[in-house]
Amino acid sequence: MSSVTLRVNGRSHTVDVDPATPLLYILRNDLDLHGPKFGCGLGQCGACTVLINGAAMRSCILPVSSVKGEITTLEGLAQNGKLHPLQQAWIEEQVPQCGFCQNGQILTAKALLDKTPHPTDAQIREAMNNTLCRCMTYYRVQAAIQRASKTLADAAPGSGTEVVA
Amino acid sequence: MSAPGGIPKAIEQALATHRRGFLKSAGMLAVSFAAQSAGWVNEAAAQSAAPAAGPYPDPDFRQLDSWIVIHENNTATFYVGKTDLGQGTGTGFRQLMCDELDIAFEQTACIMGSTDITVDQGGSGGSTAMERDAWPMRRAAAEARRVLVDLAATRLGAPADQLAVSNAVVSVKSDATKRVTYGELIAGKKFNVTLTGANVNAVTGEAKVKPVQQHKYTGQSPQRDDIPAKVDGSLKWAVDVKLPGMVHARNVKPPFVGAKLTGIDEASVKSLPGFVKVMSKGNYVAVVFEREEQAVRAAKQLKTTWEKPASRPFPPSENLFEYMRAATPTSATNPVVVGNPEAAFAGAAKVVEAEYEIPYQGHTSFAGAHATADPSNGQMTIYSNDMKSYSMRTCVAQFLGMPRDKVRVVWMQGPQAYGRTAAEDAGCEAAWIAKELGRPVRMQWMRDEESAWDTKGPAFVVKLRGGLDAEGRVVAYDYSARSCDYNHVGYNEPDTVLIAQLMGARRARPAAGSSSLPSEMYEIPNRRMKGEVVSLPLVWETPLRTGNLRDPNGPQTTFASESFIDELAAAAKADPLEFRMRLLTAGKGDDAGFKRARSIAALKAAAEAYGWTARSSPKARDRGNILTGRGIACSFRGQTVAAQIAEVEVNRETGHVWAKRLVCAHDCGLVVNPVSLRRTVECAMLHSLSRALYEEVQFDGEKVTSVDWVSHPTLRHADTPAAIEVVLVNGDPNPGRPDLPPYGAGETACKPLLAAIANAIYDATGVRLRRVPFRDARVLAAMKG
Repeated sequence: MSSVTLRVNGRSHTVDVDPATPLLYILRNDLDLHGPKFGCGLGQCGACTVLINGAAMRSCILPVSSVKGEITTLEGLAQNGKLHPLQQAWIEEQVPQCGFCQNGQILTAKALLDKTPHPTDAQIREAMNNTLCRCMTYYRVQAAIQRASKTLADAAPGSGTEVVA
Repeated sequence: MSAPGGIPKAIEQALATHRRGFLKSAGMLAVSFAAQSAGWVNEAAAQSAAPAAGPYPDPDFRQLDSWIVIHENNTATFYVGKTDLGQGTGTGFRQLMCDELDIAFEQTACIMGSTDITVDQGGSGGSTAMERDAWPMRRAAAEARRVLVDLAATRLGAPADQLAVSNAVVSVKSDATKRVTYGELIAGKKFNVTLTGANVNAVTGEAKVKPVQQHKYTGQSPQRDDIPAKVDGSLKWAVDVKLPGMVHARNVKPPFVGAKLTGIDEASVKSLPGFVKVMSKGNYVAVVFEREEQAVRAAKQLKTTWEKPASRPFPPSENLFEYMRAATPTSATNPVVVGNPEAAFAGAAKVVEAEYEIPYQGHTSFAGAHATADPSNGQMTIYSNDMKSYSMRTCVAQFLGMPRDKVRVVWMQGPQAYGRTAAEDAGCEAAWIAKELGRPVRMQWMRDEESAWDTKGPAFVVKLRGGLDAEGRVVAYDYSARSCDYNHVGYNEPDTVLIAQLMGARRARPAAGSSSLPSEMYEIPNRRMKGEVVSLPLVWETPLRTGNLRDPNGPQTTFASESFIDELAAAAKADPLEFRMRLLTAGKGDDAGFKRARSIAALKAAAEAYGWTARSSPKARDRGNILTGRGIACSFRGQTVAAQIAEVEVNRETGHVWAKRLVCAHDCGLVVNPVSLRRTVECAMLHSLSRALYEEVQFDGEKVTSVDWVSHPTLRHADTPAAIEVVLVNGDPNPGRPDLPPYGAGETACKPLLAAIANAIYDATGVRLRRVPFRDARVLAAMKG
């Protein structure tokens, strides 16, 4: 066991765990952050996705000792009680069925839009392709990403720079 | 933002306060029921619940108070015995009940599926939510309105027929200043009204339900109430339950199917941090540790020895169909015979024969089976996503030998159920370990375990023969199906649940299984149809156990029957849509005529939405690398019809199939929430697209080898059609009838799609694929062959 300090959703947490423990279990069981889910434990499905310094990472295969940087989970996406445009788009498009994968869908989409604010359909398909959904909500996930992209662009009229929400 | 469970915070608080008092007065325990039943458990609630909890008598479905609670602030909570698997049924129930009760949608909440506080409506299954189970809810809501109006008549001193109700406020028609709210009339008190009805489905009061034309919310699309908490991360799922003193369990499955456990080396894990116990009985083995990651590691590290079975449990998957054809059936339905098929075949100008093969396909849920069991105070509470929480309760009670009223199941949200959680495994496992240890236990299956050992949709071999006369009319038809379904598990049975099988505590013989006949409505004068069931060598303790996968036999039988109709159309050089239309005549006033009228309406609507032009298949092959084609198929489930058209692109060089466009005309009678319905249909079609293109459970002679998302491919974002159009049809001969019923909608759209894709591939390539799935290599080989 060793002491590990993590920065999650703007707060610091220190936990005493085996440093080889996958980050997912720390987030879920020690920090009670249940946005990230266990889906496969193999990094194949995306249910466990978190953002680390803005990059979408699979927390189920990430030893907690290797994590450096600011972690954002689904719970940390809303700011000041206001949902992120992606979350709002998810509601407007009525995207989820069971919803279990949507943590991964939303956070992977967040990483995509941060880099590519106006993705083409082909770019969305490529960026999202390893984030699985067994209820097959893909069609609406893609529509919601386009919708959020438009909302973010509209929120920054005349701005030629990237919008980072 | 809404509170966990999607219930507006204000309502939840009112509910918590009110329900506490209400339940106390009813002689039941009252601790945080609102929170728990909303699908939300927190540590404090669970802790305070534990010492005094139980017993848990069944809520009485003949008491109006079991269905509806009106709060002082003029909000209402509905209690229903159903579970919402993500298709929006909970929101739909609220819409219907709001319409009957005359209360604003925003002033209500719906509590679902927890066995101690909602009446037993069986949970989910068979697409029955709207079709069957919404009726008692509507009648209870209508009765509540009647009772409230009667109370208002006394309070306001005016006869009931002089009163009007709007948004839970009753007023005198002639003097709107004379008014009283539902909250003022009833809050803090019980209805104390007894309903009648032989069973829960028949429950009714004195009041009649409204004509559907008077509904305000039904037919509108209020947003699903479960979605906000699913996208902001606040929903507490069944996987999130955390109880004081809880430990984590993981199973250790036999490495070879049918193996017998001969030894456990407990020392191999005993020194690992967090060790609690190795649990074992018969061939069932689990490790229990303080922390989750410790249990995960130990399950891999535990040394066990097993004796291989004397004979192979099943053939390797590449030999499955050969095996099924040679097997002796374990059961057979009596053939349905109409007319004189043999004579008609003898006189036919052309006879077409084809054989179709559909492998085992898994539920392959997005996450493994899971449950948390709390044995506190001599009771047993299971926190579970079991879609049939009520039968899980009975199952756990019988499995553990506990009185039923000491066991309750708190239903919470979980991953993709679609029948998998109708025969759930983790609940009994968690409960057994919890009872043995005397501590709360959280059990979860790993990816390889879930992919290999979940319940499977049965494999099918279907032989079809059709006779055409000289004019290309179908005069004879012979359908003969074999399903590998002998060990089909029932709904949460204590003697077929996997842990019972592995412990040897199973029944003598498995259920017979089934082999369905096609359900489309073609009028063919001479027909013979039969279904047989066959068995694999090993029926127990095997991962090739069948269960209900989103219309248990429908996608398989419809793939065969609707592919074959296309083959007959091609043999007759007819347009596939026209060919089907010729086999359908509306009218006659009977159920078949009713279905045919609605089949015709759905096929026409699909064709119109697609822009279908008449021609026979296949079309002339395109010159380039991408071949395009279109395919149509149609089917019923229960009283719901779906007609679908797929447009595909087939890559000539790789064999890859992309379904570029999907159209579905869908008639399920009364539509409660059009947006929810459209989403459900879209996703059901894509679920079947995944089954058409990718899904197959593969196995060698001793184990399943499809164990993750590489060895078991699934549909992905890149496969998504560019366009999906869902047309909602009301093909009822009397479409404006005041009693237009809602039919089921969860599964019908799954049925026709495999055939629509196969028919489109044929149209594009001239190659007929009769073996599912249409993975690239198979399509390429077929094109080259």
